[in-house]
Amino acid sequence: MATMTMAKALNAALADAMLDDERVVVFGEDVGQLGGVFRITDGLQARFGDKRCFDTPLAEAGIVGFAVGLAMSGLRPVVEMQFDAFAYPAFEQIASHVAKLRNRTRGALSVPMVIRVPYAGGIGGVEHHCDSSEAYYAHTPGLKVVTPATVADAYSLLREAIDDPDPVVFMEPKKLYFGSAEAELPARTEPFGRAVVRRPGRDATLVAYGPAVPVALEAAEAAREEGWDLEVVDVRTIVPFDDATVTASVRRTGRCVVIQEAQGFAGVGAEIAARVQERCFHALHAPVLRVSGLDIPYPAPMLEHTHLPSVDRVLDAVARLQFDDQPDGRWLAEGSAA
Amino acid sequence: MTTTPQAARRASPRKRRPATPAAPDPSAELLPQAEPVRLLDPDGTTLPPRADYPEPPVEALREMYRRMVVGRRFDAQATALTKQGRLAVYPSSRGQEACQVGGVLALRDDDWVFPTYRESMALTARGIDPVEVLTLLRGDWHCGYDPTEVRTAPQCTPLATQCVHAAGLAYGESYQGRDTVALVYIGDGATSEGDFHEGVNFAAVFKAPVVYFVQNNRYAISVPLSRQTAAPTLAYKGVGYGVPSEQVDGNDPVAVLAVLNRAVAHARAGKGPYLVEAHTYRMEPHTNADDQTRYRDPDEVEAWRDRDPIVRLESYLRARGVLDDAAVAEIAEQAEAYAARLRERMNSQPTVDPLSLFEHVYARPTPQLVEQREQVRAELAAAQEEDA
Ligand SMILES: Cc1ncc(C[n+]2csc(CCOP(=O)(O)OP(=O)(O)O)c2C)c(N)n1
Ligand SMILES: [Mg+2]
Repeated sequence: MATMTMAKALNAALADAMLDDERVVVFGEDVGQLGGVFRITDGLQARFGDKRCFDTPLAEAGIVGFAVGLAMSGLRPVVEMQFDAFAYPAFEQIASHVAKLRNRTRGALSVPMVIRVPYAGGIGGVEHHCDSSEAYYAHTPGLKVVTPATVADAYSLLREAIDDPDPVVFMEPKKLYFGSAEAELPARTEPFGRAVVRRPGRDATLVAYGPAVPVALEAAEAAREEGWDLEVVDVRTIVPFDDATVTASVRRTGRCVVIQEAQGFAGVGAEIAARVQERCFHALHAPVLRVSGLDIPYPAPMLEHTHLPSVDRVLDAVARLQFDDQPDGRWLAEGSAA
Repeated sequence: MTTTPQAARRASPRKRRPATPAAPDPSAELLPQAEPVRLLDPDGTTLPPRADYPEPPVEALREMYRRMVVGRRFDAQATALTKQGRLAVYPSSRGQEACQVGGVLALRDDDWVFPTYRESMALTARGIDPVEVLTLLRGDWHCGYDPTEVRTAPQCTPLATQCVHAAGLAYGESYQGRDTVALVYIGDGATSEGDFHEGVNFAAVFKAPVVYFVQNNRYAISVPLSRQTAAPTLAYKGVGYGVPSEQVDGNDPVAVLAVLNRAVAHARAGKGPYLVEAHTYRMEPHTNADDQTRYRDPDEVEAWRDRDPIVRLESYLRARGVLDDAAVAEIAEQAEAYAARLRERMNSQPTVDPLSLFEHVYARPTPQLVEQREQVRAELAAAQEEDA
């Protein structure tokens, strides 16, 4: 066991994948000599040469489209989008080609690749550097969408993403990059499609992913003082989504709060809440609630703490889960107002 | 005392540098010719031969003629199939036969083609089964052929996006030690899209062996060329990226093949990408569903009939003595037979399996897709029971 950051674990995953499979090539903006603005590709060019790890022109559609062609020729591209919002120029390539080529050709042509996207906020970044863009990708059939919340998962999920036969959008929570934990590499955690119970509990289930997982764990810890024993489920792979683990947990606890950092409307959390409600209706003692970012463009650094789902907001939601079997007054008021 | 700069210079005369010859203008090798390259007059008579664009072997030109005639017949048949409701829509490339066929003739079988929706004729000229080519437009699936088998990407509808794929594929091939060339078909309008510029630039920076072949047929649906660019010609668009570029009379089959041969040889030799603009004309509406009377004058279309590429090549080959009435008749017969066979094969309704919808979304369906498949299976079973 060693103590390391998520950034280091991601870097090790890339290096190990390049070592194991010479088809793996890593490219993007500033990923070569500099090692990436977050240093995730640090040292790869020096170690593997500038054919395996290289800088490209500044053009995100170009980077992803180039990866499509490389994958067609038999290579395994891993590309870096420098920041969440700067992946938008590539969206047409992602939605119309990366996600669809297998389907359009009845499986004759597949384009396995990994698109790494540093995402989400909480780091005091200025505008266009803190978007939570996972819903755009999760809403696009043909893509797998993965987001680690732990150091071991960062390594394991990235290795699996690179080996996966399908294209993977690998969403890296920026604010977790430099948090350390004990990990032993090469770590192999649960495979794609499996959510994990990070903390068992009996009274309610908090479902979270990526940057919201530490918030959920902290809230669960704080809730002990209020006498609540909360379970925390880390989604890990948004697509494919693990209904089984989430459903089993909520059926056990009978109450559920879904937490995401992204703005809430039409987000991944809304999908999860709907799925829980469809599958656990008879086990639920309260409506499934969501705690999310506000429905605003990502705010300026001095205001981001108001936007981000906080431990207090999570605890407020938990308090509304009708533990005394009294319906939340809000729901009743709404219908009778007219 | 103050000295002016001039005075200072006079006081300490700089050493005379030896006269150096003017540095060569780096754009000279990149710029297209002032006029589109032409080797045949519109009536098919030859123009003086050119050292830069040697005429392709006459057998190649005869084969080009054959494929152009068959291609035009295929194209007419496809348009007819829309009227019979067998195809949802068809974008004709009538009038662009020299480009459609020239592009694939310039390549080896193991090279890659990156076509658009306009290139059905090019793909059949490449030898791809016409029913597989028309699958997209018939509507039983998207891409009907196996791209890896025929080394041809799916016909690309999101404009210009194929430009970057070709750069990646060609670079990936050379990266793995193969001398594959990729040829991109793209329209005049699509050269305004960002992905055209990103693709050409990536190919140039990575010295990827790609030929960007712009068929300038003067319209993007209804929008004329003047709305796409203020550049003197579209061939200038390669120059800013350091890509040698040429323009050619796209209705002169001999010149089209000669210029593409050179472009492909350049790419194959490891010198990077090449851009060719062919000046041609779309004789038909954008698709059968388009109303061209709203944006162009029938006289304009008529004027282009005099520049028909097939007539032009035919009179040339006749003059060269490699084509006679009998050969022309025989090729026309081949074209008829090709169309008849296609008509027959397109006559039946293809069977589609609703459950195949779930097969190729991922390598293995997700649990959610398995669930949805079961739901559809149950719906189908219930409907069948009701019918019985
Ligand atoms: C990104 C994108 N925008 C718009 C369209 C709709 N569209 C299809 S064909 C076309 C015109 C393209 O013209 P051009 O590139 O000159 O090719 P041509 O059709 O003349 O062969 C347009 C606007 C599209 N397919 N993709
Ligand atoms: Mg056009």
